[in-house]
Amino acid sequence: METFVANLILAILAIAVLGGMSLLFGALLGYASVKFKVESDPLVEQLDQLLPQTQCGQCGYPGCKPYAKAVANGEAINKCAPGGEDTIKKIAELMGVEVKPLDENHEADNSPKVAFIIEEDCIGCTKCIQACPVDAILGAAKQMHTIIIDECTGCDLCVDPCPVDCIEMIPIEKTAQNWQWDLHSIPVVQVD
Amino acid sequence: MGSVIDRITRGHFWHFHGGIHPPEQKFLTKNKPIRNLPLPGQLILPIQQHIGQPGDLLVSVGDHVLKGQVLTRSKSPATHSMVVPIHAPTSGIITAIKNSVIAHPSGLTSLCLFIEPDGEDKWQERNVCEHPQSLTREQVIDKITSAGIAGMGGAGFPTHIKVNTQAQINYLIINAAECEPYITADDLLIREHSATIIDGINILERLLTPHHILIGIEDNKPEAIKVLQQATADNPKIKVCVLPTKYPTGGEKQLIQILTGQEVPSGVIPSKLGIVMQNIATCFAIADAVIYDTPLIRRVVTVSGQALDKPQNVWALLGTPVNYLLEQCHYQNYAGQSNVNDKMHLIMGGPMMGFSLSTDQVPVVKITNCVLAPSKDEIPADNKEVECIRCGQCADVCPAQLLPQELQWSAKASDHQQLVKLNLADCIECGACAYVCPSQIPLVHYYRIAKAEIREQHLLNLQSEKAKTRFEARKIRLEKEKLARETKQKKAAEARKAKMAENTSESSNAISAVAAALARVKAKKAKLSSQQGEENSAEKAIPEKAIPEKVQLQADKKTKVAAAIARAKAKKLAAKASASQSSDAETKIQSVEKPTVPTETSGAKTEAKAEPKTEHKTETKTEKNKSETSETNDSTPKEPVHKANNDKKLKVAAAIAKAKAKKAQKLAEQNQNDNSDELPENKAETSLNEKAEAAQAKKIKDDNKAKRIAAAVAKAKAKKQEQQNQQNQQKAE
Repeated sequence: METFVANLILAILAIAVLGGMSLLFGALLGYASVKFKVESDPLVEQLDQLLPQTQCGQCGYPGCKPYAKAVANGEAINKCAPGGEDTIKKIAELMGVEVKPLDENHEADNSPKVAFIIEEDCIGCTKCIQACPVDAILGAAKQMHTIIIDECTGCDLCVDPCPVDCIEMIPIEKTAQNWQWDLHSIPVVQVD
Repeated sequence: MGSVIDRITRGHFWHFHGGIHPPEQKFLTKNKPIRNLPLPGQLILPIQQHIGQPGDLLVSVGDHVLKGQVLTRSKSPATHSMVVPIHAPTSGIITAIKNSVIAHPSGLTSLCLFIEPDGEDKWQERNVCEHPQSLTREQVIDKITSAGIAGMGGAGFPTHIKVNTQAQINYLIINAAECEPYITADDLLIREHSATIIDGINILERLLTPHHILIGIEDNKPEAIKVLQQATADNPKIKVCVLPTKYPTGGEKQLIQILTGQEVPSGVIPSKLGIVMQNIATCFAIADAVIYDTPLIRRVVTVSGQALDKPQNVWALLGTPVNYLLEQCHYQNYAGQSNVNDKMHLIMGGPMMGFSLSTDQVPVVKITNCVLAPSKDEIPADNKEVECIRCGQCADVCPAQLLPQELQWSAKASDHQQLVKLNLADCIECGACAYVCPSQIPLVHYYRIAKAEIREQHLLNLQSEKAKTRFEARKIRLEKEKLARETKQKKAAEARKAKMAENTSESSNAISAVAAALARVKAKKAKLSSQQGEENSAEKAIPEKAIPEKVQLQADKKTKVAAAIARAKAKKLAAKASASQSSDAETKIQSVEKPTVPTETSGAKTEAKAEPKTEHKTETKTEKNKSETSETNDSTPKEPVHKANNDKKLKVAAAIAKAKAKKAQKLAEQNQNDNSDELPENKAETSLNEKAEAAQAKKIKDDNKAKRIAAAVAKAKAKKQEQQNQQNQQKAE
């Protein structure tokens, strides 16, 4: 009988100790989750870092961050046309999923381009200015517009709204500064 | 520090890791004097020959330039910008400014000035400065800047930036190591122009005020060492340090380590350690610029290689095409081919760090110290690369203590993170690893590609970061604008309401009547709603209040739009009428003339001509116009001939007025299909008005005035209609 009581006491003690510990750690974890709360979804941030930030909307989302959010929620990873294969590879690595080829709906050509306004044709309608996601077009109503090349992401969004088709996308020229040391493709030029 | 100088005076130097001893091949050119070349037929001057930005052109095609004339300049204050000007190497005419292949491994083109020498080699005015000591520091730096001096050792860093450092300089190191095989340009320059070089060193000494000046020179140039030792004997500050020959002693970091024992940390510039290094050829150029007012327009180039019959050091004007140098040095099998094919393997720079040229039209630039034309056995053009056997020889010779084979694997896999971890940026691309590689892997080639990729990626990251911030900023801006717009609209609506309330108190004017009508409608609605449910009535009152207002606004807008359209139509019609005037007027006048001044000869003809045309005209016009024209046609014959023209114009004006009215009416009709009961009334009224006005218009002789009045009348009509419409609508409701 005594042993039973002693055992009972021991059992209660053990329960009390373990219960106390669980309460303590629970409180600790609860406190930590409040104290060290991560403000935003780190996955979305990381994905956003990988995207090219052209804000072109070719993925069907209004900008790169919304697409990053969508990818984090299970959207297909192969919709970023400007990023191309490289970006898909990186996203696949981050998300731990298989690499997919680029969505067929998108153009495969993702060579870097910048928009160029044929200034003689511009009528100053400001439609392209409103379309530009990065405010890279300079101009005012009934004044000629022009594109700040350094700020242009080559997203293509200004081309469609132009009523006089005076915007064209021109590929960025290869210069000695941005050359990629591709010795196999040295052009052998006849200089006159 | 004392120990450093002690060691140097005792001839004990430190060692850098690795290094190689390739065959020197300097015997080809070291025993021949520097040769002056006749003027080439054409000079090609790339406007950028240094690290930094190209300057702005100061000349245009067709200009005649004098030797030493400045051709580009920088926009910003020159002494702080990375812009280095270029100068005309000889007097002549600028024949073209266009893209041409430049001295760059890519073989890409860049903007170049083409100068055709006139053969006179006429200098611009120069002011020789006998006593450079009398110049201030700023004056000296200004002279160096305007002389366009960029580091002549290979990198082409703007010298004026390097000498304008604010750091406390402990050692000024003059790099005369010239460790690369074949090249003897500095060796010969020292032997022939030691005095000028020492002048240049003295100028640098004044600018930088170093504690010690060390000239690093490899022991394979005994004559040059002797000359230097003699020339510097009277200056105890200058120490000529004779170093054992080993490639790449001439690397900046390597030479610093050999001379001072200090290792320059990764990503740190030597001036942080109190060290500045200048190439010995740069010292010569500085003296030339400061004392003799001679900009950098020529340099010593070693033209060497066993494919040449007469390899030699030459004074080459900047812009001299490589093929001219080869020609002068008797290039074997030179058959005037300008394309570099298998037969012609040309290297600009030394065999270790230089690059193959894609064409022999490439010009000599400020950093060109050597042009190499090796024979086939000397340097095979194409090495067969085989797999890495992991022998580790590359790591043994790497002067930067990197791990070349690991770098190579990562570079092939384009694993940029790993490459950064392995300190790829510290690779000086000396080529020692590739030289010793038994598998003949062009290691440096891979590193260069990887470096370019990393740089590009870095730029892209910066760009995307910028785009992101701009995108976010735009989003915030748009939101703000939207908010501002909404508040503005709210305010305007409130103001409108307040005004309306004010107006109702004065029950005399028309608007108050409208307001009263509105109030009635409201009351009615309120009644209705109260019948429907008493609880909801209070909540619904506000939206209900808004509805009639809205409707009214809409009607307002519609009638206004209708009026505007009518005006536009009238204008168009007027334009048409005036266009058809030229053709119609003739026939009309003729037809009018006929009864008053009958001409027997052409009468029948003109009539025949006139009839179809008038018919055509009436067809095009509306029915009303038709009757109008026929009416006026009837009246005109009675009047004198000279009035015919005026009458016609009047007709047009009247027609315009009518058309306007019609259009306005039509639109109004469309707008108000619901209250069609009122329309006949409307129509009758307007048509009556039109008739009266048309009659009135006829009376006025001045056609312009008539037109204006017609337009005004049309407007007035539109207004009237607007009011009517409003009333109609209210009634309907």
